[in-house]
Amino acid sequence: MAGIPHDHYEPKTGAEKWLNNRLPIVGLIYDTIMIPTPKNLNWWWIWGIVLAFCLVLQIVTGIVLVMHYTPHVDLAFASVEHIMRDVNGGWAIRYIHANGASLFFFAVYIHIFRGLFYGSYKAPREITWIVGMVIYLLMMGTAFMGYVLPWGQMSFWGATVITGLFGAIPGIGPSIQAWLLGGPAVDNATLNRFFSLHYLLPFVIAAMVAIHIWAFHTTGNNNPTGVEVRRGSKAEAQKDTLPFWPYFVIKDLFALALIVTIFFAVVGFMPNYLGHPDNYIEANPLSTPAHIVPEWYFLPFYAILRAFTADVWAVILVEKLTFGIVDAKFFGVIAMFGAIIAMALAPWLDTSRVRSGQYRPMFKWWFRLLVIDFVVLMWVGAMPTEFPYDWISLIGAAYWFAYFFVILPLLGIIEKPLPVPATIEDDFNAHYGTPAE
Amino acid sequence: MKKLLISAVSALALGTGSAMAAGGGAHIPDFAFSFEGPFGTYDQQQLRRGLQVFNEVCSACHGMKFVPIRTLADPDGPEMDPAWVRGFAAGLDEITDKETGEPRARKETDMFPIRTGEGMGPDLSLMAKARAAFHGPYGTGVAQLFQGIGGPEYIHALMTHFEENPECAPDGIDGYYYNTAFANGGIPDSCKDEHGASTVPGSWIAMPPPLSEDLIEYEDGTPATVEQMAEDVSAFLMWAAEPKMMARKTMGFTAVMLLGLLTVLLYLTNKKLWAPIKGKHA
Repeated sequence: MAGIPHDHYEPKTGAEKWLNNRLPIVGLIYDTIMIPTPKNLNWWWIWGIVLAFCLVLQIVTGIVLVMHYTPHVDLAFASVEHIMRDVNGGWAIRYIHANGASLFFFAVYIHIFRGLFYGSYKAPREITWIVGMVIYLLMMGTAFMGYVLPWGQMSFWGATVITGLFGAIPGIGPSIQAWLLGGPAVDNATLNRFFSLHYLLPFVIAAMVAIHIWAFHTTGNNNPTGVEVRRGSKAEAQKDTLPFWPYFVIKDLFALALIVTIFFAVVGFMPNYLGHPDNYIEANPLSTPAHIVPEWYFLPFYAILRAFTADVWAVILVEKLTFGIVDAKFFGVIAMFGAIIAMALAPWLDTSRVRSGQYRPMFKWWFRLLVIDFVVLMWVGAMPTEFPYDWISLIGAAYWFAYFFVILPLLGIIEKPLPVPATIEDDFNAHYGTPAE
Repeated sequence: MKKLLISAVSALALGTGSAMAAGGGAHIPDFAFSFEGPFGTYDQQQLRRGLQVFNEVCSACHGMKFVPIRTLADPDGPEMDPAWVRGFAAGLDEITDKETGEPRARKETDMFPIRTGEGMGPDLSLMAKARAAFHGPYGTGVAQLFQGIGGPEYIHALMTHFEENPECAPDGIDGYYYNTAFANGGIPDSCKDEHGASTVPGSWIAMPPPLSEDLIEYEDGTPATVEQMAEDVSAFLMWAAEPKMMARKTMGFTAVMLLGLLTVLLYLTNKKLWAPIKGKHA
């Protein structure tokens, strides 16, 4: 592996050499576990481990749930109740799985915003960032299809509304929608294909996670200073780094244990807080719920989708320019996906030479505003589309795009960054003092 | 399909607004049930009284098709005697046998009966989890962190919030009953403002007031006031919806204790591991 110079595995005994000549797996594991890691990583760097834990947790609990679940419109809801009432520990497995999705998204949002603040997306880590965005999209698809499986009212109507978004694509939309649903409306065919894909996609995510880790193990971790590890020699690199094992494994496990403690308090004492009561009513195609609200982790982008109504001047302009091909509904769909694409393009939109937000006095404020914007969008996403929520979501959506397409490119030109530490070692010692020899 | 989509989209655009307006008007009082909080438990006597209310009143029009009758004997629930449960099951409506297709007496391994058709109400198996009483502040639902989601509170309020028709509609709606806790029903035009929003709390429901003073005679001798029966049946329906609540809280408590210990140990390990790396400030 190119990158930071460090010790490699040396097979010593005959058996080790025999294996290593045929399959260098011990060396691969050694290099992965002992990877030199910047020693100044702060607590915002623990969410990767939490995310890995979530993926394993969801796959393991999911496999057990599949043993008892029936993907059929007449039986799905009852089979979930069977899990909750009659399967030994079934209620625990299901509540852990349902709340595990929330922990997964909570962690991924902090992980993404950490990357946005410390410039983790910047060269040479663009591939890590893009792969991360692909993982995030796969997570959204998986979570959405998983929410359909219990076949409650929100499952059914959420699926109807979200697949309806694809129907808004001019011309081919209705065909795509029918293809996704397996028929003209959400029905048994939809449930079956969503079940199949909900089981498949986590393994695709696992593969993408391996690529994500491979990519940043090649470039080395970013760190709070954004200063690269010195790579001139092994001795030099060792001043800036510590091996992942044991230093960061133990640190991350401590943080993970704390988070999982809180997670189990939620599962044990308030497992339905993050769910929607309507999903305890069996799906009924003839009765539309008063509210159709997506899960909390979709709300910011759902707010952006709904922000662009037919009376917004930008929508009217685009509709005129495209001779009505892009109407308000399609505009909203483009805006929603555009909001995620904007994030993915951050490596090329950010023009600043300084990587970490710590040394960017103006950027800091715009970034904080982006975090507030995200939370506000999450809130209005659950509100009715009426005054003042329509205005709040429009302003919120506009800021989201302005941040990526206007503020990030401009700041790099007009901002005067603060001096950056010469080395990671300097930064670390400034915090903790020089270690006693 | 198009119709379905339109209804979905219009529900998004309009339904949210009207439901919020109506729901906002209906005030559901918080209520301290014995099973609330991390250490709260079901009150066995209350569940038994609630079962009696359900059986003698609600079950005329409401089914409970996801609740197996045998669970009445399970620990942490009403814990009825298994022999009593067998007799109780046999006394319920007959069931069509899945294998023979013939009607037969209901057994404890069957579910509670289903109620469908004209004049029948929704299934109550999960009602205590399918309704939320608290939405604030500002629609964020954060209040639920402290008050709970409020399913049993909603049921309790629905039982006890039947009132005379308001001034704007002295005749009400024919065949419906005015209830200040019920948000999803119809509202006469005379009770709407110029924007179509409701001017009264609650709305009209098809269910007549189900409870009245001394409607039943409790087996344990408790006076059967409307308040008492509403409280008991709400608790019973919470148990019906979440029979494993006690096991869940025990698991939560054990998990938090053990993981908390693990967290402390890892904290100390981490501190010791990093101590030689981190120098001391001069």
